[in-house]
Amino acid sequence: MPHPPKRAIPCCTREGRSLDSQPLSFQKLILTLHEYWGAQGCVILQPYDLEMGAGTFHPATTLRALGPEPWKAAFVQPCRRPTDGRYGENPNRLQHYYQYQVILKPSPNDLQQLYLGSLAAIGIDFTRHDIRFVEDDWESPTLGAWGLGWEVWCDGMEVTQFTYFQQMGGFDCRPVSGELTYGLERLAMYIQNKDSVFDLDFNDSGVSYGDVFLENEKQMSTWNFEVANTDSLFDLFRKAAAECENCLSAGLPIPAYEQAIKASHVFNLLNARGVISVAERQAYIGRVRDLAKGACAAWMEKNGWAA
Amino acid sequence: MADFLLELLSEEIPARMQAKAANDLVRLFQDRIAQAGLTPESVVSYVTPRRLALIARNLPAETAAVSEEIKGPRVSAPPQALEGFLRKTRLGAEQLVERDGVYFATVESPGRPTADLLAEAVPDVLRAFPWPKSMRWGEASAASESLRWVRPLQGIVALLGEQIVEFEIAGIRSGAATVGHRFHHPGTITIGSAGDYVEKLRACHVILDPAERRQLIADGAAKAATEAGLVLVEDEGLLQENAGLTEWPVPLLGSFDPEFLRVPREVIQLTMRTNQKYFALVDSAGNLAPHFICVANIVASDGGAAIAEGNRKVLAARLSDAKFFWEHDLKVPLADRAATLQQIVFHEKLGSVADKVERVARLAKWLVQERIVRRVDADQVQRAARLAKADLVSESVGEFPELQGTLGGYLARAQGEPDAVADAIRDHYRPAGQSDDVPDDPVTATVNIADRIDTLVAFFSIGEKPTGSRDPFALRRAALSLLQILVRNGLRIPLREVLVQAAVLLKLSQLGALSSVTFPDLLDEEEGDHEVTAEVGSFTYRYGSRVSTRWNSALTPKIERGQMIEEVIDLQDAVMLFFADRLKVQQREAGVRHDLIDAVFALGGEDDLVRLLARVKALQAFVESAQGADLLSGYKRAANILKKESWNSRKLNDSTFPYSPEPEERALDEALDVADPRVAAAVAEEDFERAMKVLAGLRGPVDDFFEKVTVNDEDPVRRETRLNLLARMRDAVHRVADFSRIEG
Repeated sequence: MPHPPKRAIPCCTREGRSLDSQPLSFQKLILTLHEYWGAQGCVILQPYDLEMGAGTFHPATTLRALGPEPWKAAFVQPCRRPTDGRYGENPNRLQHYYQYQVILKPSPNDLQQLYLGSLAAIGIDFTRHDIRFVEDDWESPTLGAWGLGWEVWCDGMEVTQFTYFQQMGGFDCRPVSGELTYGLERLAMYIQNKDSVFDLDFNDSGVSYGDVFLENEKQMSTWNFEVANTDSLFDLFRKAAAECENCLSAGLPIPAYEQAIKASHVFNLLNARGVISVAERQAYIGRVRDLAKGACAAWMEKNGWAA
Repeated sequence: MADFLLELLSEEIPARMQAKAANDLVRLFQDRIAQAGLTPESVVSYVTPRRLALIARNLPAETAAVSEEIKGPRVSAPPQALEGFLRKTRLGAEQLVERDGVYFATVESPGRPTADLLAEAVPDVLRAFPWPKSMRWGEASAASESLRWVRPLQGIVALLGEQIVEFEIAGIRSGAATVGHRFHHPGTITIGSAGDYVEKLRACHVILDPAERRQLIADGAAKAATEAGLVLVEDEGLLQENAGLTEWPVPLLGSFDPEFLRVPREVIQLTMRTNQKYFALVDSAGNLAPHFICVANIVASDGGAAIAEGNRKVLAARLSDAKFFWEHDLKVPLADRAATLQQIVFHEKLGSVADKVERVARLAKWLVQERIVRRVDADQVQRAARLAKADLVSESVGEFPELQGTLGGYLARAQGEPDAVADAIRDHYRPAGQSDDVPDDPVTATVNIADRIDTLVAFFSIGEKPTGSRDPFALRRAALSLLQILVRNGLRIPLREVLVQAAVLLKLSQLGALSSVTFPDLLDEEEGDHEVTAEVGSFTYRYGSRVSTRWNSALTPKIERGQMIEEVIDLQDAVMLFFADRLKVQQREAGVRHDLIDAVFALGGEDDLVRLLARVKALQAFVESAQGADLLSGYKRAANILKKESWNSRKLNDSTFPYSPEPEERALDEALDVADPRVAAAVAEEDFERAMKVLAGLRGPVDDFFEKVTVNDEDPVRRETRLNLLARMRDAVHRVADFSRIEG
C-alpha cells in the first residue's frame, strides 16, 4: 500500500543524551551539530571571514541557493548586529553572536525529520519538551530574497529559523533549498538551563561565554554606538559600492558579492550610529539590494543559468 | 452509496490560514464534483496544523447515464453542416431524427464510476487551491510548473468507502496511510474508511475538529486559572490561534517574576499574546497576576513541568528586555522626547511630527480660548497636546508600536503630569474604532478634536482624500472618531470655523511662521465672510465673526490674498462634505436615514453636528408619523407646482388679499402667519420637536387649500398670490429641513 515516506523519529533519547544529565558545553554543541550534519552528507565549512548580519549572507548559502546544482553544507557563522548591542548588560542580547547554518538543496522530503533528529542529538527529549513549527515567513530586503517556513519553538523559545527559499537575489530558486538557522547561544542557554548568555559553559573546563566575549561586547557596543567615525563609514560604504561595480564590470561575481556584504555591514554600523534618517534608510537598503542582486545576476550568468 | 474521505497531510499550515482553507476545500471540491454530476448528501471538513481533510457523505458508486437531445442543422442546410454535426455527435445520419425540417440527435453519455471522477477532481482542486501564500519545494521545484502548496505536501489519503481512489500529484500517490501526532504517534497508521478516520486519529493523539480543540483549550485554561485562584482573561483570537498550533492541546499554568509587574501591564500582555500566544490571568481585584497559561501540544511525561519552566524563561528574557527599555524611558522627560519629534517625518509634504504637534497644540488652545470647548483648562490642553506624540520616539513604543498613547500616558503620570494630562495623552487616539470606548474627559476630547481636524485638513490640503477602498492615512477613521467624540460628549462645535483655523495654521506651519504668530481674542461681533486685510507688515484673517489669525511678519508679501482665501474655502467645503458622508455612514447603523441628514445639510450653514443630529432625529420621528407623511405629501405637491412655475420665494406685502380670497386661502394664510414665527422660534431654541409639531398644524389648511383652491387661476393676480402662499408654506417647512431631499 502506498503511503507517505516516513523516517522513524528519534523521539526518545533515553539511550542518548538527556538534558538532565550532562548538558553539552557551547563548543560541544557545535561539534555535535557538525557530526550530525556531516553524517547527512553536508560539507562542514568554517565561518566566512567577513562581518555579516546573518548566516544567510555566507556565499555558501546565498550563491549556492541559485542554479540547479545540488548542495549540502553546514557551518557556524558569527553574526554582527550592531543595534542589538547592550554593552554586555542584557543577558539575552548581543551585537556579536553565532548562528549554525544548514543548507540542503534541493530541500529533502524529510527535512523536518532530519531537523528533529539534530535536536535529539543535542539532547532534547521530545517526551518532556514541546516542539512547534510556528509560521514565520522570511524575507531579506537586502538580499532580494524570501522564503516560507517557520520559527521552531522549543517550550515557547525560538531555537531555529526553518525556511524554504523561494527567491534569492530576485531569482526564483530552482530547485528550492531548505535552510536551517539555529541560534546557538539561545539553544545553549536552553540546554544548559542558564538565564544569562554570559554564564554559558563554553568548554566543560571552566571557561564561560562571558570569559570569552563579555569585554568584547562592552567595547564593541561602545564603538558601534558612540565612537565609530561616521565620515569614514560613509566613505567605506561608497568605496565598497564602487568596488562592487568594479568587480561586476570585470565579470567577477564572488568578489562583487563580498563587497556587497561589506556595504551591508557598513550600513548596519551607520544605522547603529543613528546617522541615517528614516527617509534615507530605504534608499540605503535599496542600494545594498542592487549590489547583492547584481552579484547574484552575474553569478547566474557566469554559470550559464537562465533566470 | 459510499462516503469519500480526503486527507491532505502537509508540513505545518499557518494557524491563521486554517479556517479559510477548510472552507475553500469544501467549496472547491463541491463545485468540481458537481461538474462531474456528483452531489454528496453533505460535506464536512477538518483542519489541524498538519492536515486538511474532508468527508463527503453518500456518494453513488457511479453517476447516472445522461441522455441529451441536441438540435442540428436544418434539413435544407448544405451537406457540410450535416457532416460537421455528425462528427461532433459521433453518430451516423441514420441515427438522426427529423422534426419540422430540422435534424435532432440524441446523445447518450454513460454513467462513470465515482472513483474515476474523484481521481480526476481532487488533483484539479489541489492545483486550483487559493492559499494566501504558497511555495514550491523539493526536487520537483527545479521545474517552475511544480505544484504549489502552503508548505510541502507529504501525503494524501483518498478513500471511497474502503477503496483507495488512485491518483498521483507532485510525486505523491494517494493511499490509505497517514501519521498520527508528530511525537505521540509518529508512525504510519492506516485508515479503513471515512467512518473510522476521526476516531482512529483521536487514538493517535490527533483531534481533527478545530472547534473541539478550541473548547478543550478554553475549558482547560479556565480550570487551570481557577485552581490557581485567578481569573482567565478571555481572548477568542488566542483560542483560535492555539487551536491552530496544536493537534493535542494541553493548557499549562506558568508564572513569571512579580518584579516584571512594574512594567505597564499592556506591555506584558502584548508580549505574552503576540510573541508567545499566552493567555493572561488577573486576580480577583482585576490586577494582572504574575502568571500565564501556555498551550502545549503534548502530554509531557513530567506533567508539563519542564515546558512551563522553559516558557517562563522565554517570557523572562522578553520581559527583561521590555523592562530595560521601560526603565530607560522613565528617565527621559517626555518634553525632551517631544523635542526630537522634529526628526520624524509626518508626511513628506506635511513636515515633521513636531510641526504637527505645534499645529495641534495651537488649535487646541484656540478651541479653549474661543470658548468653543468649555470648562477645560487651556494650559492642560496645551501641555497634553505638546506631549501626546512624544512616546513615538520612546524605546518602548519602538518595541511595541501598538502601545502608542498608552505608554505615553504611563510615562506622563510617572513623570508627575496631572491626571487630566496623562489621561489625554493615553486616550487621544481613541476611539480607535466603532466599538472602542469614547473618551469623555474634556482635555482628552479637546486634544482628540484638534489632532483629528489637523490630520484631515492637512491630508486634504495635499489632495490625499480617500478614494474607494484606498484610505492609506485612515482619514475615514479619523473623521469617524471625531464624530464619535462630538456626539458622545454633546460638544457644540462650529466646525467650519474650526476647519478654517486649522487650514490657516497649516498654511502658516508650512511657511515656517507658526512661532511668530499670535492669536488674538475675539475682536468684535461683526458679521462677514472670509476677509483678509493686509497692511504693511501685518496681516489679519477673518472668517465669519471670528478673527482666525493675525500676525506681523515679513512673510506677508509671500501670501497671495485671493489664493489663500480660495484654498481655505475649498478645503473647508471638502472636509465638511467628507464629514457629512461619514456621518451618514455612522448614523446608518443607528437607524438614522441618510436622506434626512441630506435634508438638514442641504439648508447650508449647519455645521454643529450635535444640533444637526438632534434635528435629524426629530425630523425622522416626524416624517415617519401619519401627520408628517401627510405634510410631506402636501409639501411635495406645493414644491412641484413651484418648480414647474419656476417660482422663487416672494413675500406677500401684507396679509391682505388684493381680491376676496376663498376661505381655504385665507385659512392657510392665517395658519402660516401663526406657524412661521413659531417654527422659527422653536428652531432658534433648538426645540425641534416643537417646530415639527407646529408644522404638523399646517397639514389641515394645506390639504383644504389643495382640495378647494385652483392655483393656476386665469386671473394672474390670483395665480401669483396663491403661488406666493405656497412659497411661504415651503419656506416655513425649510426652516426645519429641505423636505425636497426626503425620499418617499
